[in-house]
Amino acid sequence: MKYYSTALFLLLSLFCKLSAQNDKMAMVEGGVYLPLYGAEGKTVKVEPFLMDVHPVTNADYLKFVQENPKWKKSNVKSLFADKSYLSKWTDDTTFTGLKDAPVNNVSWFAAKNYCECQGKRLPTMDEWEYAAMANENVPDARKIKAYNQYILNWYETPKTFNQPVGSTFKNYYGIYDLHGLVWEWTQDFNTVLISGESRKDVDKDANLFCGSAAIGASDLMNYAAFMRYAFRGSMKARYSSQNLGFRCAKDIEN
Amino acid sequence: MINKLKYIFIAASLVAISCNNTAKDTEATAENATEQATDNAISDMSIYNLPSNWTTQDGNEIELKELKGKVLAMVMIYTSCQAACPRLVADMRNIEKQIPEDKIDDVQFVFVSIDPKTDTPERLTEFALENKMEDDKWLFLRGTEDDTREFAAVLAVNYKKISPMDFSHSNIISVFNQAGELAHQQEGLGVDNKETVQAIIDLAK
Repeated sequence: MKYYSTALFLLLSLFCKLSAQNDKMAMVEGGVYLPLYGAEGKTVKVEPFLMDVHPVTNADYLKFVQENPKWKKSNVKSLFADKSYLSKWTDDTTFTGLKDAPVNNVSWFAAKNYCECQGKRLPTMDEWEYAAMANENVPDARKIKAYNQYILNWYETPKTFNQPVGSTFKNYYGIYDLHGLVWEWTQDFNTVLISGESRKDVDKDANLFCGSAAIGASDLMNYAAFMRYAFRGSMKARYSSQNLGFRCAKDIEN
Repeated sequence: MINKLKYIFIAASLVAISCNNTAKDTEATAENATEQATDNAISDMSIYNLPSNWTTQDGNEIELKELKGKVLAMVMIYTSCQAACPRLVADMRNIEKQIPEDKIDDVQFVFVSIDPKTDTPERLTEFALENKMEDDKWLFLRGTEDDTREFAAVLAVNYKKISPMDFSHSNIISVFNQAGELAHQQEGLGVDNKETVQAIIDLAK
């Protein structure tokens, strides 16, 4: 089994050789937090993990599609990406915008495979939300008014995806751009079961769905988080969107 | 050393499947030219593009594309579910009953577990027995957690573990044509399944 994992790892690096420019990862110390959605009042434990310091850029993604042609705009299967996939690229190998701006208009399938091809994975929603609670100084800044206002102001600013990665603040863990440039895919985005805004067919569970409560919440933090959860709940894995990018995460190897 | 090489080969195949189309094609050509031709026939929107592997209630390993050629009625469930799943199972049976004799052999009814940890092949077999679904037309599948999440993404089924025992999930029955393309989806529990039945009848030979 040991040989198997070693061989798999070596081959992953061979077959999916990618630029190291976006290889910088930061450690997020684990901990316990109360997510916006989940069983009522139940905290979630997040194990320590590694997260990319920056979102994946246009240049990173170009290298990926060149090495994995099935993800080129003209090759991609419609099961895995809708028509807006890389819609702002003028052809298979030409993107518009800055090379170090976050890639956007990518589907969940593409983002997931990108990370796999680097021996990484997409962060889970809990990991992402946990890391994104941090401002420059503290791991949980959710109660700090200025921090919440910063996030909400960003949500109201158009076309932030055109800015280079690293142009927002460096957070407590050394991670940039969790808020400020693009929203990001998470591995389990399809765990969001919000009724009303979302699909009508969902198994109703009063303990799980507190969407209407969140809308009425006076806490600004909840409102920002609610927007993220609602957005995730509205996405399908083949959709792509111009304000949506991604970054990768990784387990900490013992 | 031989073992080591074997592992490397297996790993190479895995990587080829997940990350590199070209390598996959080469491998397929070397292995079996006929299969290559079949592969090419898979359309863009077919679920048979998914490389995932599954285990059946009988413990057999299968790839989805082995189901090619049949009309599929698929639903995601978990066997320890007390609320929605028994009704989804009933809905599936109700649909099955309305398919005419001469069409039924062309239809495969598939249950995909959203709780692969609990739903071992043994558990799935028990479940099939309890529900009197031992006939070949009922197929129960479990995969890795990752492949299951991906498959749910294709079906637009959302689910979340809400306790050690329970999941909350969308209730959707999906109908696929013989090429693995989504033809119809029925959303909700105990809904009028007339359209679903008609979709299957129209597709089945």
